Amino acid sequence: MEYLIGIQGQDFVLVAADNIAANSIIQMKQDQDKMFKLSDKILLLCVGEAGDTVQFAEYIQKNIQLYKMRNGYELSPKAAANFTRKNLADYLRSRTPYHVNLLLAGFDETDGPGLYYMDHLSALAKAPFAAHGYGAYLTLSILDRYYRPDLTRDEAVDLLKKCIEELNKRFILNLPSFSVRLIDKEGIHDLEKLMPVGAK
Amino acid sequence: MALQDVSGFQDTPMSHRWNTPASLSGDGGVPLHFFIPTPQSSVPFRCDNRHTSLSSLSTSSSLPTRRPFPLSHGTTTLAFVFQGGVIAAADTRASCSGLVACPTAQKILPIHSHLLVTTSGSGADCMLWERILAREIRLYQLRHGRRLSITGSAKLLSHMLTRHAVTDMDLTRSPVSDRCGPKLFYVCSDGTRLQGELFSVGSGSPYAYGVLDGEVRWSLNEEEAISLAREAVYRATHRDAYSGNCVDLFHITAQGYCRRDREDLREEYHRERERVLKRGKERGKKEKLIHV
Repeated sequence: MEYLIGIQGQDFVLVAADNIAANSIIQMKQDQDKMFKLSDKILLLCVGEAGDTVQFAEYIQKNIQLYKMRNGYELSPKAAANFTRKNLADYLRSRTPYHVNLLLAGFDETDGPGLYYMDHLSALAKAPFAAHGYGAYLTLSILDRYYRPDLTRDEAVDLLKKCIEELNKRFILNLPSFSVRLIDKEGIHDLEKLMPVGAK
Repeated sequence: MALQDVSGFQDTPMSHRWNTPASLSGDGGVPLHFFIPTPQSSVPFRCDNRHTSLSSLSTSSSLPTRRPFPLSHGTTTLAFVFQGGVIAAADTRASCSGLVACPTAQKILPIHSHLLVTTSGSGADCMLWERILAREIRLYQLRHGRRLSITGSAKLLSHMLTRHAVTDMDLTRSPVSDRCGPKLFYVCSDGTRLQGELFSVGSGSPYAYGVLDGEVRWSLNEEEAISLAREAVYRATHRDAYSGNCVDLFHITAQGYCRRDREDLREEYHRERERVLKRGKERGKKEKLIHV
């Protein structure tokens, strides 16, 4: 029902998530933000079981901030991704497993942009582009076809729009709006919300 | 004092430890430590007898308790925010599968003068958590000298509920805080916490949404808002078998909440029938009424 997508460029990462918070057949909220800011240059996108998403994401968010407070410097995206993976894996083997699918996107001074895909079984993979949700089945092939490592920002946004139009056309569920953010060396930028109109 | 003893409060400094979800121990030194009856104390539904000796307040409450039957949320509650504050409305039917257990239940419970909770789901659980929430908010007020903000109390409730996700309830909290204006939160026992301007919860909620979605605006005046809320509950109780009897309406402003008299929806039904009949007569033709 929910959808996350991330595209990595040469010096940026573009991420988008849908805005619907649903409860069985009802849309409870149409402007839910599924992205959590872990630090100035790291975003965590989180979907999955209803309460688990916010609880797990906020837990990771606060612990990353605690690390910064204690040690005086921030975790890199790679370290944050591995920390998240370890926590998710530990909880899976406990009595309170969290069922969440995550994308972690960040920009590192030394390593550059990074996009990390993590699924609910706590498998972590660094990927040039990734998507979660039923929508991923429809859009991964589009990403496969048109993605290039040297995409500019505008080209990446166009690719994202292609994916969202495909969802609008073929996905049976209505996802009327998507939050879009871009991370580069300057930090996290909010781009305008994408709202696909009408059916083709 | 009794309240102090029950809550395990000791005179400790205000610094909190970082509590991870799975490692909260029964340590009485943390001010945010609550006494919550753990599922272990409800023996009949335990499916695992391994943990016979546990400290009473530890986190093994995460043992999943098997439910004897699925619980349904037979109710219609709704709340929305507008320029004059927050309106909360609910029906008054408490159902137990096919039986109307109580036709005069109260589903909207005031926590304090500026905070209401509308409840849906297991009645016993809602009653318990409403009291626990009221206690925790009052303790916060005593400890810190100011009332806990609405966002804070929503977060507190959702964190308390998450650890006991076996319970099955939704709460819409309709508060107004003098500082921040009207706020409305939807909190569910599975851990969901959403802030919004219009929520409806329960088996009758789709019907209520149908009426509310077209009409709720920020610029409604008080009369319009109240009649809209009443109409939404009426339509939901008309169609939903598990909602019915009367409607409770609360209006919260910056000065506090005020409660309207409980209205029997049967009379509303008869009034509407008369209106329809009158309209038919006025049009001068015989109308064939279809009854459901």
